[in-house]
Amino acid sequence: MEVALFALFSAAALAAGVVVVTRTNPFSAAMALVACLFFLAADFVLLQAPFVAALQILVYAGAILILFLFVIMLLNLRGDEGLSLPRLAPRQAVGLVLSVVMGSASVAFASLQVSGPFPEAGPLFGSADAIGTTLLDGRFLLALEAVSVLLTTALVGAVVLGRKDL
Amino acid sequence: MSSIGLLPVLLVSLVLFTLGVVGVLVRRNLLVVFMCLELMLNAVNLAFVGFARARVDMDGQVAALFVMAVAAAEVAVGLALLILLFRTRRTTHLDDLRLLGG
Repeated sequence: MEVALFALFSAAALAAGVVVVTRTNPFSAAMALVACLFFLAADFVLLQAPFVAALQILVYAGAILILFLFVIMLLNLRGDEGLSLPRLAPRQAVGLVLSVVMGSASVAFASLQVSGPFPEAGPLFGSADAIGTTLLDGRFLLALEAVSVLLTTALVGAVVLGRKDL
Repeated sequence: MSSIGLLPVLLVSLVLFTLGVVGVLVRRNLLVVFMCLELMLNAVNLAFVGFARARVDMDGQVAALFVMAVAAAEVAVGLALLILLFRTRRTTHLDDLRLLGG
């Protein structure tokens, strides 16, 4: 059951990812990205990470995608170029081939190295409780504070960059 | 009782990451390049969560949360730069942006 659901959601996420890469209209790409993020959140739930899944939907689908949509509307971008294979520049064709080769190589490597089902996890695994405990138990404290400084800096930077008289 | 196993998770993650790389390398619209960056970050998140599940260790999920926070910061600054760029150059096409500075 879980395997079938995981296969279903993953296939949907990958299909949405293909749409993101190939669509000419940035708006359609953004919508496909939302779908992809939602299906990935479903995968997270199946991997016993419900809190990460909730944050994925809140932060990514909720906040980041709205930001993308606002920028699309603000700039009034029209569809310009998609991924049309006949019109690829040589540089782009090389990039396409190289990344596909890299992807297949890493897939092959992972298939050789990894096998077996997951071990049993406790019912509390992945809960907000467990996340909070891990986050504050000392090893991640510095990183947590650094992220808060980073977010503040990014916020102030975005406001400064967005000023009219810059 | 979960029997998915690490391999399918890693495979999905790798294929999604490759999709993102293809998008970043091939697409020339800066906004879509940003979206493909998000795809890559999410593929990494999936791998993190999968490894956390395989090792029954919460560290991977916490790492995924950090990736999300950094991605939020990146998008905020990146889109602000994009708007600034569009205001001064009237384009978001990467091939039109050749001059560094000025």
